[in-house]
Amino acid sequence: MEGMEILNALAVFSNYVLVPALTYGSQLALGALGVTLIYGVLRFSNFAHGDTMAFGTMVVILFTWLFQSWGISFGPLPTALLALPFGILVCIALVLLSDKFVYRFYRRKKAAPVIFMIASMGVMFVMNGLVRFIISPKDIQFRDGERFIIKAREFKQMFGLDEGVAIKVTQGITVVIAIVVVIALFWFLNRTRTGKSMRAFSDNEDLALLSGINPDKVVMITWMIAAALATIAGTLYGLDKSFKAFTYFMLLLPIFASAIVGGLGSPLGAIAGGYLIAFTEIMLTYAYKKVAEYMVPGDEWEADSLMQLLSTDYKFAVSFMILLLVLLFRPTGIFKGKSV
Amino acid sequence: MSFLTAENMTGGYGAADILHDCTITAEEGEIAVIVGPNGAGKSTAMKAVFGMLDIHTGSVKLDGEDITKLSPQARVAKGMAFVPQTNNVFPTISVEENLEMGAFLREDDISKTMEQVYELFPILKDKRRQNAGELSGGQRQQVAVGRALMTQPKLLMLDEPTAGVSPIVMDELFDRIIEVARSGISILMVEQNARQALNIADKGYVLVQGRNKFTDTGEALLANPEVRKSFLGG
Ligand SMILES: Nc1ncnc2c1ncn2[C@@H]1O[C@H](COP(=O)(O)OP(=O)(O)O)[C@@H](O)[C@H]1O
Ligand SMILES: [Mg+2]
Repeated sequence: MEGMEILNALAVFSNYVLVPALTYGSQLALGALGVTLIYGVLRFSNFAHGDTMAFGTMVVILFTWLFQSWGISFGPLPTALLALPFGILVCIALVLLSDKFVYRFYRRKKAAPVIFMIASMGVMFVMNGLVRFIISPKDIQFRDGERFIIKAREFKQMFGLDEGVAIKVTQGITVVIAIVVVIALFWFLNRTRTGKSMRAFSDNEDLALLSGINPDKVVMITWMIAAALATIAGTLYGLDKSFKAFTYFMLLLPIFASAIVGGLGSPLGAIAGGYLIAFTEIMLTYAYKKVAEYMVPGDEWEADSLMQLLSTDYKFAVSFMILLLVLLFRPTGIFKGKSV
Repeated sequence: MSFLTAENMTGGYGAADILHDCTITAEEGEIAVIVGPNGAGKSTAMKAVFGMLDIHTGSVKLDGEDITKLSPQARVAKGMAFVPQTNNVFPTISVEENLEMGAFLREDDISKTMEQVYELFPILKDKRRQNAGELSGGQRQQVAVGRALMTQPKLLMLDEPTAGVSPIVMDELFDRIIEVARSGISILMVEQNARQALNIADKGYVLVQGRNKFTDTGEALLANPEVRKSFLGG
């Protein structure tokens, strides 16, 4: 039956592209939001953001193990969610320390953004070493609880299709938490006095000072939010895939690509950029063989290749290419951020 | 005793002094205007009065109190407000949020002051949800002045509030500024449109190379042949 074929194709596409890309896009969006807020308020590209994510996630893992040793669990949900608030707090503490001992010095000296960026690389190496030293550079799985919200087999039975869509608990959690966090963040930025003062400071620092807005407070709150976002993004990514210090360092590229594509300094842009990068990366590296076989009418047709545009080995090249194109043709990004 | 007395200010941005023994005063509820050629140090004098510049000689007194050592933020708390010559609005937040940010230091209810600003500049009420950066030059200047008024200042300092606006909008802005002065607020204003500005000024200063060249009432300066010849185009 013709209609069934299309539904099957859609199911395959959802299972291998739509659901994973929504998940990965949410993780990138949360990471890019942190980068873009720091850029907007402190005016530099924070290269330590990937390792901030790693540090926060590491603390979450340590608390997860502690809770597990106490026999505490979160039912069908991962225990890591219970550990998340503690990870956020410790990560905030570390980031505020890095500001106190590194960035504040350069702020007093009114250093150029490039100096801040290089300082952030130093912070990156320190955080990276800290994480490897404390929890090892190895690959770590810390997911527990139920694995699936819906299994492929259940999906097939439910809809009477040959192909199923599996949705993992970690994927569901990622999307739900990303939505909640983004709503909370936008409420804070647009509705509270402190949030508005952050936007004003990002807009025009001199005028903010003339209006009596306290720069130290704005900077502190920005770091706290960035650390919280980093820990959440890192934990969701680690639950969904796995935790490894090096992987988080590598995430810096797609995260920066997301923030820059969306327009540095623009929170809305960071979200759009996150999904754009995720969808492009996954769609360009997915093998469409099966989808095509369902879509082409007639039963016997078989694709003679995988129909894959790019090998998955090149997935980081995708971020890089998009980044290049944006910088060449629209340096301010989709949402007109600050030009880089 | 004037409400604002900035006396014998000497200083600049670094090695070389821009201001030399410069004195500016403003009376309560009156308009004082600084005019002079480009690069004379008019903006620098405003920054010095507002504490954004180190002056190594001279003093600034507000209502009899010596505020020479205070930071700009502390001066805002003392009742001074400043509209800089450039970048004087928050472009990507709304008009209403610009006004809110102007009142950032206030803990009391700001809605009445906001209503007063909207009465002074009705167009801002219509555009209150729009980002300030999307407005026309004249409207942006109104936002800038409105933001400064939100602290309920006793001294309002304006650096070229009519820069880049049409003559009609300029007259309109001057009328509003007179209105503000009538309500008891002292105004210290820098203007490129010297003739029109001196027309509404109670007192005028002609600044040349960081020095007071002429100081008199607005009327007297307009009548002074030397001022007319050199600074008002005949
Ligand atoms: N931020 C600054 N740093 C160094 N020099 C400056 C700065 N701003 C202005 N100047 C110099 O100070 C002098 C006076 O400038 P300014 O006060 O802006 O003049 P005006 O407002 O009368 O046109 C000029 O020579 C200008 O080059
Ligand atoms: Mg000037």
